[in-house]
Amino acid sequence: MSQRIDVTDLNIYYGDFLAVEGVSMAIQPSSVTAFIGPSGCGKSTFLRTLNRMHEVIPGARVDGKVELEGVDLYGPDIDPVAVRRNVGMVFQRPNPFPTMSIRDNVLAGVKLNNKKIAKSEADELVESSLRGANLWNEVKDRLHKPGSGLSGGQQQRLCIARAIAVKPQVLLMDEPCSALDPISTLAIEDLIQQLKTSYTIVIVTHNMQQAARVSDKTAFFNIAGTGKPGRLIEMDDTATIFSAPQQKATEDYVSGRFG
Amino acid sequence: MTAERGFSRGFRWISTGSGILLLAILAAVAIFLVQQALPALTASSEDLVAQNVLPQGMTSLWQLILPLVFGTLVAALLALVIATPIAVGIALYISHYAPKRVSAAVGYLVDLLAAIPSVVYGLWGGATLAPVIRHVWTWLAETLSLLPGLEVRATATGRSIATAAVVLAVMILPIITAVSREVFKQTPRLHEEAALALGATEWEVIKTAVLPFGRSGVVSAAMLGLGRALGETMAVLMILSPGILVSFQIFDAGQQQTIAAFIASQFPEAAGLRVNVLIATGLALFVITMLINMAARWIVARRKDFSGAA
Repeated sequence: MSQRIDVTDLNIYYGDFLAVEGVSMAIQPSSVTAFIGPSGCGKSTFLRTLNRMHEVIPGARVDGKVELEGVDLYGPDIDPVAVRRNVGMVFQRPNPFPTMSIRDNVLAGVKLNNKKIAKSEADELVESSLRGANLWNEVKDRLHKPGSGLSGGQQQRLCIARAIAVKPQVLLMDEPCSALDPISTLAIEDLIQQLKTSYTIVIVTHNMQQAARVSDKTAFFNIAGTGKPGRLIEMDDTATIFSAPQQKATEDYVSGRFG
Repeated sequence: MTAERGFSRGFRWISTGSGILLLAILAAVAIFLVQQALPALTASSEDLVAQNVLPQGMTSLWQLILPLVFGTLVAALLALVIATPIAVGIALYISHYAPKRVSAAVGYLVDLLAAIPSVVYGLWGGATLAPVIRHVWTWLAETLSLLPGLEVRATATGRSIATAAVVLAVMILPIITAVSREVFKQTPRLHEEAALALGATEWEVIKTAVLPFGRSGVVSAAMLGLGRALGETMAVLMILSPGILVSFQIFDAGQQQTIAAFIASQFPEAAGLRVNVLIATGLALFVITMLINMAARWIVARRKDFSGAA
């Protein structure tokens, strides 16, 4: 299952401050879309509006439209909690719940809202989610050990398992490899390739090689200067962005002339 | 350590010295208690009776210490049971629910509770709270008495250990709240966001991220509160109508007494072996407090792997 996202004229504010201005884009289902751009250009902020996570900061708001399969996520009777169940997220630093075992971490999202599931069903879900995150073989003998005992890369895959256990339509990844070593990074990139058949994946990355390796489409964000809003400069097939971008700024960035 | 020079070296000595001083003070108190309690602990039952140092009708020191230990534990544990949930609730309100300005004001008010002297709590508890809360106790006692085989009495004065425990609960509320609040505030943002991103409601964020993270801190906070409740003297002395019995009649007067209040009430007129008896009860209090602290540490350490202090 995966769904498309359509964003129309989205402005993002923190209080009176306009952080990101006028973003419109279409994110295709069952594909990987990468957001690249210099620090502070608003790509992470924009990513967080796709599951209404930016709202947890007081004063944050948006105008414009974000539609998931035609349903406006900011519609008047949409519950942000429901949105986040549908649009999963993986963070920059691995954040398994330290007080929970590996198994309980995977089940954390499922157990929310006091949902009860049978043990056999839970076992199955734990295995399928961990297999889905390429972690099963490494942890199957220590499911009851704390998740914080795993390596950084394993923790991040545990977080991915936790996110896919609730069967979202979309998976957002906010620089998921920036705290990982190259080998763990490779494992996550392989995983992204497998996951894209079932989920719409959006990944923010600082690493342009990574964007080139994993994504089908790439969106380049930029900022005109400090205190100015971030903007979407250009979005196209990843191959086009890296070989023949339309905009000069994009070309400068991907060729390493700035940023 | 050969490279250590000047102030760095001096500071090492100051720091080590402070640590040693702490141990020395603790040892001095323990030695004093044991040494002074020894005459009472070793005195024969005849001596104790002959010198009239025990309350009427008692022939052994344990007949005194046991009910006192019981009364002390009942008062302190009741206070803890009342105060902890309320303190955790207030702490969560301050750290996660209240708007910024309100939370600062509430935090300040709770801290103010700690600034009220215990003698004032005693006055308030005895003069104001007891006559009011006795109605609650009477009703509770009557309701509980409906259960087969249970006879619960309540005093008409309200000067029962239940009333004392309520006042103790108010007194330990600030310390438990303050420590819990600080722990809850330190919940890593990452863990809260992890819960939010899974579609957690505000309560579920608290349940999955905040409370597990703060658990050991709340236990420590409760132990600090318990320590204060165990040793609190003045308020209990002024509120409770004491008796030296091992009794579960917590709404009745003349049933229990706490060690601290017992010592305070007897000491002014005590001399000779009587003082040693009082110090022996003090030693009992010291031992209880130590055991409880060790138990608390054990509880906290038991799940260290899962504590989040990775």
